Amino acid sequence: MMRKRPVRKQRVVITGIAGHFGRAVARRLHRNFEVVGVDRRPVRQMPKDIHIEQVDIRRRGVEDVFRRQRIDALIHLNIMHDPRALQEEHHQFNIVGTQKIFELCAEHRVPKVIVLSSADVYGPDPRNNQFLKEDAPLMGGQKFEAIRGLIALDMFCNASFWRYPEIETVILRPVHIVGRVNNAPSRYLRLEQPLTLMGFDPMLQLIHAEDVVSAIELSLKPGVRGVFNIAGPSPVPLSMILRKLGRNPRALPEPILKTMLKTAWSLKLSSWPVPELDHIKYVCMVDDQMARRTLGFAPQFSLQEILDEVIIRPLY
Amino acid sequence: MAPQPVWHKVRQKIDDALISAIGPDIWQGIRTVDAGQNEYGYDPFGFEPEFLKYVAPFALWMYRHYFRVEVHGMENIPASGRILLVSNHTGQIPLDALMIATSLLVDCNPTRIVRSMVEHWVPQIPYISYIFARCGQVVGTRDNARLLLQRGGCILAFPEGQRGINKTFDKAYQLEEFGLGFMRLALETGTPIVPVAVVGAEEQMPAIWNFKALAKILGMPAFPITPTWPLLGPVGALPLPVKYHIYFGEPVLFEGAADDEDRIVGAQVDEVRTTIRSLIERGLRERAGVFW
Repeated sequence: MMRKRPVRKQRVVITGIAGHFGRAVARRLHRNFEVVGVDRRPVRQMPKDIHIEQVDIRRRGVEDVFRRQRIDALIHLNIMHDPRALQEEHHQFNIVGTQKIFELCAEHRVPKVIVLSSADVYGPDPRNNQFLKEDAPLMGGQKFEAIRGLIALDMFCNASFWRYPEIETVILRPVHIVGRVNNAPSRYLRLEQPLTLMGFDPMLQLIHAEDVVSAIELSLKPGVRGVFNIAGPSPVPLSMILRKLGRNPRALPEPILKTMLKTAWSLKLSSWPVPELDHIKYVCMVDDQMARRTLGFAPQFSLQEILDEVIIRPLY
Repeated sequence: MAPQPVWHKVRQKIDDALISAIGPDIWQGIRTVDAGQNEYGYDPFGFEPEFLKYVAPFALWMYRHYFRVEVHGMENIPASGRILLVSNHTGQIPLDALMIATSLLVDCNPTRIVRSMVEHWVPQIPYISYIFARCGQVVGTRDNARLLLQRGGCILAFPEGQRGINKTFDKAYQLEEFGLGFMRLALETGTPIVPVAVVGAEEQMPAIWNFKALAKILGMPAFPITPTWPLLGPVGALPLPVKYHIYFGEPVLFEGAADDEDRIVGAQVDEVRTTIRSLIERGLRERAGVFW
């Protein structure tokens, strides 16, 4: 690009901008990029210079975003993680939405697509390597149905490496994002008296939301493509995390806790799916060497800073 | 809030008692072990050297007073760097692993921590799951072993596996077939192999017969029948107070391709097997008796 042309900010589309994490990404990127947000939910507390399109990504309305202007990158965060949502709707929204995004990106020659998957796709399992590499099989769905949609989505995006070779696809699989986000690990750590499984204390990796935003920012670099595990500071046992948070964990034997959760789930008293218990039972940790080497990623936030987010700053 | 400090005091007292049972020299050795812990005292596999205070007193008692372990050739253990201990596996209960680990804790200077590879059902058992992890045991996958060696760890391997430990007494001190995995791992990571022979453990539970059908029903790897078990109930399952002799051979660094044919790797494995056999024969020759 030696040709002189008027300097313009690169334009980035963020799908799912209305979420807590979407907002964090938008707030970081809008200084250096022109940000366009797409979400079917209403958007609150967003910097003024961000253009918002309130539309379902599966609808035709979203096509205008691509027709109007040239897009330099798309960050796909519009992925539903609600275990209470109807399985069908869940799957439909995630898979069809993602397919639509890729089709549009190919049609309008968007050079870069970044998808936020999760390290949960590997799934906690006693047979796991202590640190799973990117080529490990995605076994998360063997017991936990609600994650199968995300696995299918991750696989679909993987296929884009050969289906749309002209697009630089980046799939990020971060470990448990903890802080001002509304996800299961953060909700769990916000509990005053979290339930734990008696006799189990697995090692866990946590990551600060801002570190994941940094990983996304690094993935925007031209030439970067591939699947990357993203991990935070070095792993520690669950019991230590709860101790540092000053929680009063209640340890229950597995069969009792399972029955309790199952009953509570059926009565709609809790939003904890029973198979998620495996996350506080077995390891599901990732090896982030590839991200460190290729993206130049290194987590900036220490464990204490991550936990401070949970203690000090409530989620409104 | 009153009961909290009392419990803390009691706990502190227990900890102090355990530490004094270990002895200051060994405790100092444990505390200064460098397993690549993070700022919170855990290594990536969940190993916490401080946690050994809950296990070491029992292990030390077994080591010094019950099995009265005699160690030969400790000078063959290098002070640092990756190393793969390869041993025969005997005695129905894997106490040989505990005794080898204890010997490196007690009689080795500087203290070395043995990381052994455990079966994947270990993390499924309550309490055992994390107690084992805190003591440095690691689920036996190839990637885990590789990572441990790359970090300069000391791994204990029993290439005979279940075949070795569950054999009946008529096959005592005969080595079963060795798996090839440990050799491929050593070749790949350039790790020296130290052959180890445990003599004495074979007599701790002389099995007359392995009740395989019952083991299958109970989901156990084997169900040994000994003169005392299950005849005398739980007491009969206690190992006899035999005398252990542990022999460490000289470290050997093998060279070759890790992905060679079984025939070639197998020949190298046979070399290790022969060394272990000669160590066992030496041990049997040298010992005065089974119990003393």
